[in-house]
Amino acid sequence: MSALLSQGERVVILEVNELSVSYGKIPALHGLALKVHRGEIVTVIGPNGAGKTTLLCALMGLLPARGEIVYLGEQQGVGRSVEKLVRQGMTLVPEKRELFAEMSVADNLLLGAFDRYRVGHRDELETMDQVFDVFPRLMERRQQMAGTLSGGERQMLAMGRALMAKPRLLLLDEPSLGLAPLIIKEIFRTIAQLKKTGVAILLVEQNARAALQVSDYGYVLETGELSLQGPSRELASDERVIESYLGLGGRH
Amino acid sequence: MDLQIALLLGQDGITNGAIYALLALALVLVFAVTRVIFIPQGEFVAFGALTLAGLQAGRLPGTIWLLLALGVVISVIEASRAVRERQFRRIPMILLVNCGVPLLLAGALFALSPAALPLPLQVLLALLVVVPLGPMIYRLAYQPIAEASVLALLIVSVAVHVTLIGLGLLFFGAEGSRTKSFTDVSFAVGDTLLQGQTVLVVVASLVLIVALYFFFERTIYGKALRATAMNRTGARLMGISGSLAGMLSFTLAAAIGAFSGILISPITTIYYDSGFLIGLKGFVGAIIGGLASYPVAAAGAILVGLLEAFSSFWASAFKEVIVFTSIIPVLVWRSLKTRHVEEE
Repeated sequence: MSALLSQGERVVILEVNELSVSYGKIPALHGLALKVHRGEIVTVIGPNGAGKTTLLCALMGLLPARGEIVYLGEQQGVGRSVEKLVRQGMTLVPEKRELFAEMSVADNLLLGAFDRYRVGHRDELETMDQVFDVFPRLMERRQQMAGTLSGGERQMLAMGRALMAKPRLLLLDEPSLGLAPLIIKEIFRTIAQLKKTGVAILLVEQNARAALQVSDYGYVLETGELSLQGPSRELASDERVIESYLGLGGRH
Repeated sequence: MDLQIALLLGQDGITNGAIYALLALALVLVFAVTRVIFIPQGEFVAFGALTLAGLQAGRLPGTIWLLLALGVVISVIEASRAVRERQFRRIPMILLVNCGVPLLLAGALFALSPAALPLPLQVLLALLVVVPLGPMIYRLAYQPIAEASVLALLIVSVAVHVTLIGLGLLFFGAEGSRTKSFTDVSFAVGDTLLQGQTVLVVVASLVLIVALYFFFERTIYGKALRATAMNRTGARLMGISGSLAGMLSFTLAAAIGAFSGILISPITTIYYDSGFLIGLKGFVGAIIGGLASYPVAAAGAILVGLLEAFSSFWASAFKEVIVFTSIIPVLVWRSLKTRHVEEE
């Protein structure tokens, strides 16, 4: 692994060491260490309740965390907040999507660029066109209220809204949750496409097979601790992963 | 009652109703965005009117001292936070915004002798003194407990209201004031005389309501406020912080309050505590809209104005009683209409 790092051009976007999170006295995550490089898709797979969502919320500043978080080479300290991280290009697509239900698709997307607008960028319409290129379905629906969209379209809108912020690190929380197989395929194809734009992606998934297919590197999170890690292709053929997460059909 | 009286009462009711509608909109806005039931809304009406009256009488309005004091307190809090986070570069900006601008304004009030200025400039000065109090009060009283329950926020609102009433008495004294009429024009409509000032109140309220509509529907900041009201977490993830939305909504509420006060002060004598009752009637309108619907709240507030005008004719002693009792059937109707999701 150190040989890979010394190749130079692999810029580290996010590095986490000894990360611990607890809800009151109940520990949720313990001593996590992980790394995300530019243009890389890193996935964290694991069963329900392992702490995957907690991990993303903690990274995004929605939950207090102990340990070392280095984002874009900067140690995150006392002043860590969601708003500051958003400004520095970290964007979370939450599990519950958190859309603005009584607003149109176009307005939801526009607000994705709110922080960029606030600091003086005026390119939100061009960015929206780029998002429509990625998700043509949103273009068709752009006048429709977000609350009336189907599950798959909602996920597309949540991701499109996040892309409006032109993120450097995109945190995706269970993008496949509650979606039909065909839609899941489409979403993962899009995730693979996004990689080409240079954005780093940290993907948290229960759908281990799809996540390992699309990602470069993977971690397995079990009851608050990382139990396994490695390049995704290796993980996908690891017996323990196959047995616990991929099932018998895992080696097709 | 003949037609002429009915017209007079109707005119009176719509004029007051327009003001209540503005306040109702401000209350709905503040509640939707911050979950604060903004009882001190009425104080901004009184402060706006009395600050303008003070300027016209050649007195230095006490509200400028409040502005300076709040500015100093906020500077100390923000600067110490910047020191703790080692962000020293932010300190000059903090001082400039919170202390520098109020000082500049106070200097202008001293230097300009506002009594001699034309009316629009006096109005502008009064607004410049009163409106910043809104976001400042949000910063000091509400932002530190922004995640608290609605009840805790309500208790803080009561405290802020009582404090502002006390300060109002200190600043403006117990006697009421009226400001100069904006216009002396009057129109004859049939047998009745329509005062220019009343027309102005209604037209200005309408213009303000339309402007608010455009703000919320067409500007990204207006949309950001609506987004915060719909989904706080979603908005935060887009970088729309709760404090930004709070400051913005309190600025709007303070501006609406102060502007309403300035509009009605030539028609009604305003005392330091007049704002409370006016605000409360706006609140009745807002309740009719369930503290959620802007158009229903505005319509409800107009209804309150009309109800008040006609009940003052038939049973003037019970005028307030009738207005405030009308909230009971509204609440009954709303609670019957609302179905609880958990029970389904």
